[in-house]
Amino acid sequence: MDIKEFVQTFAQQFEDTDPAEITADTEFRELDEWSSLTGMCIMAMAKTQYGKIITGKELKECETVKDVFDLISSK
Amino acid sequence: MTTPYTLVDKNILITGASSGIGRAIAILCSRMGAKCCITGRNAERLEDTLSQMQGDGHQAIVADLLNEEDRAVLVNALPKLDGVVQNAGVGSRVPCKFVTQTDIDQVFTINTFSPILLQKELMQGKKLSAGASVVFISSMAVKYPSVGNAIYSASKGAIQAYAQVLALELAPRKIRVNCVCPAMIWTDLVTADGIDKDDLIKDQAKYPLGRYGSPEDVADLVGFILSPASSWMTGSCVELTGGGNEL
Ligand SMILES: NC(=O)c1ccc[n+]([C@@H]2O[C@H](COP(=O)([O-])OP(=O)(O)OC[C@H]3O[C@@H](n4cnc5c(N)ncnc54)[C@H](OP(=O)(O)O)[C@@H]3O)[C@@H](O)[C@H]2O)c1
Repeated sequence: MDIKEFVQTFAQQFEDTDPAEITADTEFRELDEWSSLTGMCIMAMAKTQYGKIITGKELKECETVKDVFDLISSK
Repeated sequence: MTTPYTLVDKNILITGASSGIGRAIAILCSRMGAKCCITGRNAERLEDTLSQMQGDGHQAIVADLLNEEDRAVLVNALPKLDGVVQNAGVGSRVPCKFVTQTDIDQVFTINTFSPILLQKELMQGKKLSAGASVVFISSMAVKYPSVGNAIYSASKGAIQAYAQVLALELAPRKIRVNCVCPAMIWTDLVTADGIDKDDLIKDQAKYPLGRYGSPEDVADLVGFILSPASSWMTGSCVELTGGGNEL
């Protein structure tokens, strides 16, 4: 898994946010579109795209996209 | 003085009795005087339930309700029943955008299909006494949508619709069929799927009674529905919510 590809996949979970707005350093909770549903989609993405289970608690501790990347990589 | 709030000498089957709500129902039924048949896949946890039950004459039968042979062994081992609690089930949280066939199968097979088949097998096996009470543990998820809950809600909606038809078909024998629809109850089920328990602890404050339900809260209602105290009640879906109007 490389970070560039991960950022793209992460960005795909948003419907109306310009992917260009999302980088490794983006604090994703600050995005207008962020909601608990997006959070669930990120957990589902981890499972279906990367075969890794991340919990709501772990996700809550992440601030940036890179943090989520590191979390999934650590699994 | 006698009271109808009793299950003395009634034979009751409880599925999913190795954990959570089913375990609390089994313990309560035993305290109300019933002879219980409890079932689940995990033998150790079933034994644990058994050890907390009062009185003798209970039996624990290990069975995977998804397995037709296991269900046949279970049904064969049962006496004639005065009560059935169809409680075994699983939760699921998947956003609609990510639902797979596997997600659908995992949820519907145990929450919807196997209770329907077990019910049929109980009836074909002539295991239901006239006047028996059948209870399905549905959920407030049918009425209160919450994100990620689509497949779970649909599986419970289906069993509720089924139960209402079953109620009609069994009414001639005075067999009653009702659903209990709890909102959030503290069991392993609600903390599965990566949900953060700390969030739930905060969230329960929004319930007017200030907390999520306990398995015993559900058991107390089920005990009533199994007992002759609810003799005129059938085809109902009873809501148990702590006053909450969302999940
Ligand atoms: N907790 C809630 O907030 C809540 C709210 C509304 C409705 N409900 C409903 O209440 C019921 C009980 O849930 P719970 O919260 O007590 O969850 P739980 O603690 O996870 O218990 C689920 C039970 O179902 C049994 N089960 C699961 N798959 C089975 C299978 N294939 N064959 C046989 N038994 C199986 C489990 O036994 P084994 O693992 O030993 O097989 C366990 O005893 C479920 O139908 C659930 O949908 C729960």
